Amino acid sequence: MHTSLSSDHPHPFPLPTRGRGTERACSMNEVVPTRNIGDYVPMVDGPEKVSGHAKYTADLAVAPGTLAGRIYRSPYAHAEIIDVDVSAALKLPGVKAIVTGAECDKTFGVLPIARSEHPLARDKVRYRGEPVAAVAAVDDATAKAALALIRMTVKELPAYFTAADALAPGAVQLHIKKPGNVERDVSFELGSVEQAFAEADLVREASYNCAEVCQNQMEMHAAVARYDAERDRMTVHASTQVPYYVHLMLSQILAMDMSKIRVVKPHVGGGFGCRTETLNVELIAALLARKAKGSVRLVINREETFITHRGRPETDIRLKIGLKKDGRISGVECECIQRGGAHSGYGVVTILYSGSMLYAIYDLKNVKYVGKRVLTNTPPCGAFRGHGTVDVRFAFESLLDQLANELDLDPVAVRRANYLPQPGARPTFTDNDLMVASYGLPDCIDWVERESGWRERRGKLPKGKGLSKGLGFACSHYISGASKPVNWTGEPHATVKIKLDFDGSVVVLSGAADIGQGSSTILVQTVAEVLGLDMSRVRVVTGDSEVVPKDNGSYSSRVTFMVGNAAIEAARNLKAVLVAAAARKLETRPEDIECLGELYRAGAQDKGLTFNEVVVEALKDSGTVTVTGNYSTIPDSHGGNKYRGAAIGGTMGYSYSAQVVEVTVDDETGVVTVDKVWVAHDCGKALNRLTVEGQVQGSVWMGMGQAISEETGYHDGLLVTGNMLDYRVPTIQDSPPIEVGIVESNDPNGPFGAKEAGEGSLAAFLPAFTNAIADAAGVRFNDLPVTPDRVYAAIEKQRRAKGNGGG
Amino acid sequence: MARLVDYVLNGRPRVDAVPDNVLLLDYLRETVGLTGTKTGCDGGECGACTVLVDDTPRLSCLTLAASVAGRRVDTVESLGNDGRLSAVQRGFHEKLGSQCGYCTPGFIMASVGLLRRNPQPSDDEIKEALGSNICRCTGYVKIIEAVKYAATLGTQGVAP
Repeated sequence: MHTSLSSDHPHPFPLPTRGRGTERACSMNEVVPTRNIGDYVPMVDGPEKVSGHAKYTADLAVAPGTLAGRIYRSPYAHAEIIDVDVSAALKLPGVKAIVTGAECDKTFGVLPIARSEHPLARDKVRYRGEPVAAVAAVDDATAKAALALIRMTVKELPAYFTAADALAPGAVQLHIKKPGNVERDVSFELGSVEQAFAEADLVREASYNCAEVCQNQMEMHAAVARYDAERDRMTVHASTQVPYYVHLMLSQILAMDMSKIRVVKPHVGGGFGCRTETLNVELIAALLARKAKGSVRLVINREETFITHRGRPETDIRLKIGLKKDGRISGVECECIQRGGAHSGYGVVTILYSGSMLYAIYDLKNVKYVGKRVLTNTPPCGAFRGHGTVDVRFAFESLLDQLANELDLDPVAVRRANYLPQPGARPTFTDNDLMVASYGLPDCIDWVERESGWRERRGKLPKGKGLSKGLGFACSHYISGASKPVNWTGEPHATVKIKLDFDGSVVVLSGAADIGQGSSTILVQTVAEVLGLDMSRVRVVTGDSEVVPKDNGSYSSRVTFMVGNAAIEAARNLKAVLVAAAARKLETRPEDIECLGELYRAGAQDKGLTFNEVVVEALKDSGTVTVTGNYSTIPDSHGGNKYRGAAIGGTMGYSYSAQVVEVTVDDETGVVTVDKVWVAHDCGKALNRLTVEGQVQGSVWMGMGQAISEETGYHDGLLVTGNMLDYRVPTIQDSPPIEVGIVESNDPNGPFGAKEAGEGSLAAFLPAFTNAIADAAGVRFNDLPVTPDRVYAAIEKQRRAKGNGGG
Repeated sequence: MARLVDYVLNGRPRVDAVPDNVLLLDYLRETVGLTGTKTGCDGGECGACTVLVDDTPRLSCLTLAASVAGRRVDTVESLGNDGRLSAVQRGFHEKLGSQCGYCTPGFIMASVGLLRRNPQPSDDEIKEALGSNICRCTGYVKIIEAVKYAATLGTQGVAP
């Protein structure tokens, strides 16, 4: 029996202190299933990480003779390539292979409709830092020396570093198929905004600018590629969020059969979206390895990681909202322009999300959206945590706060006046056909209002003496995985396998990529929970295409929902096998078998069989047991067809978040200190309260970085913020306490009721922060980041205006 | 030029011929094979490479390997508690001070350095000691909890 192990459980996975299983184990002889869902559960791979034994791609022991890779990058922002001369570099002793764009005419890209990118530029370069050639040499110093010998001859073209310049009449096209440098124009109008504004009591319009920001995950991009020339096989270890995409793109770029390729994902040091797409790094490493007929390790540095980018685009928003005196929003008109960078990437999806996700948080009837995704000579943007929703949500919640204040309404009450109809037995559908099956926003708002003391403290915080304090409020939401996968193959959205063998250990096999968010922990928890076993019996294997089933990957917060549901189904299937075996052995019917985790019995008087005895019986006929669990989204969740791209935003479950931010503004220096954040997040059901809290705190904090200090900067297309000093990430000394309230709306389709927890709370921070500054200092910031120089200038302007008024 | 460097690494005396221009970070990772110490930036920006030199936290990416001659160097691999995790490691694991784990060895070594000189630090002292380490996952809230928990374990005799 293993059910009473809680007190002396071996260290790596200490049993949670709040375990229901522990509470229930009241009598000596009573056997109960072990439970973990809803507890504080440390991550299953935590011991490796804290001991330094976790291997990230750059840490992998490589075979002797492994070559060092380096990338030669374009010094030009926009140019036709006339020649790339690598002859001198090739003659350098120790150089084993050089590849250029001339050797690979294939393109890659995350969206099947927009694969515009070569791993090494051909014909044209479109941003400073774009890979042009790559060297594999016996050591890094030789590879670096070889780069200095590469000569590039070009005809320079006009380059465009802002959306406006790229859109100007007569601008040279970056891509032949994209006239006007427009990656995608999207627009829709549902209802009538003209009529809505006519009926409103107050209509306000404002413009917003959000600087480009970058994920800047701690691990720099890395790949190790090994080409087996004897068998014509390629093995690539890469720091990726979606090994499956890497597999697809390697096959495409190398023109190799997919069965010849193996992709392994070691530990990954964060991603936040930039590693959703296959990056040029892993493709170049593979091209080098094949040419050198050996192994190549390509680890790019921090500056190159910034240049590889795939962050959130610089976004200009013009927003107009009409509000009635009862707090109801009558209409919304939003124009959004994104500076997408030099390649398509996720562009079409990002600009569509910005429109569709205006919905599904409040009950909107009249909405007009016009979006434009622009190609520019800057590094390509991508999917950054909160993909497509963050900047528009910032604008929306800011303007709503402004309108509420002008109408003398409580901003919290204004949100309450616009709730969606609460879904019941049937889901609620938004005007743009998004399915809302659970809606915890009201509880989120109640929690932050209460915990922050909003009603008692707002407007009553100390002011004067050069320091003003204020409170700000805002809400946000996000999807639990895009309902339609990017590559539509007809397969289930997620597949999980479980292997049970002679040793009685349960091994979960999944392609879901744990990048630090804790997905492997969730898989172990769900399988252990269904089987009633202690988590220590369950192991998880992920990230090796040779072993695990394909998974669509870690993006759009899909893993807990989709893969979690597949894991539950797999575990139930395993349980059925075990119950059948127990019934056979006990000579009874399966429906009479009681499964208590470590004990299977036929009624309370039966001595029963231990788990290990059941395993022996189960293996008798079939040998090793393997079971499968699948998960597919339901068509109702796929979004509608009222306008082109209306399916973007469709998900099985929306998470909701509300935040109150307290700030202190120093009038003399312009420094804004975030004193405290209260955040409530509706994650449906917290499968693991520890990791939910960690995800929510991390989201809020990442939103804070974008709000207070983070922005990329370019000089003639040259990235000038390619390090963590100029790209200013908040330190522990800049960071506030973040109090998390977990709201559980128990989604009818989620695994144990769960929805996403890792993205939805990011967006609300930004407007809650600027709303707090408006409350504290009476100045409203529509441009991000809100740096001290901007704050000081605004306060100074206000001071002068007041002075003039008085004089 | 290379020179013989005689020092103590993770409690064991060691002598290596080390070129003058090799950084302690690259030496530890590439020559010794201790990859727990991480490279997170292009030099002195992030703290992921923090190790202890004579119990003082140092950025191994800004330290020449040859300069540790005659000193004690401790990396994350030196920590432990009779085969189990040390107090700081337990703190980061159990309180989720570590998510993706990449910055974790640097944070842990900076925290160990702090607790060895100040076993019961205040929140402000923790923030000051960890002020040059960047984490991109946690928002730092649980890192502070992790170090405080480690300090509590310290009172029960668990080494940092």
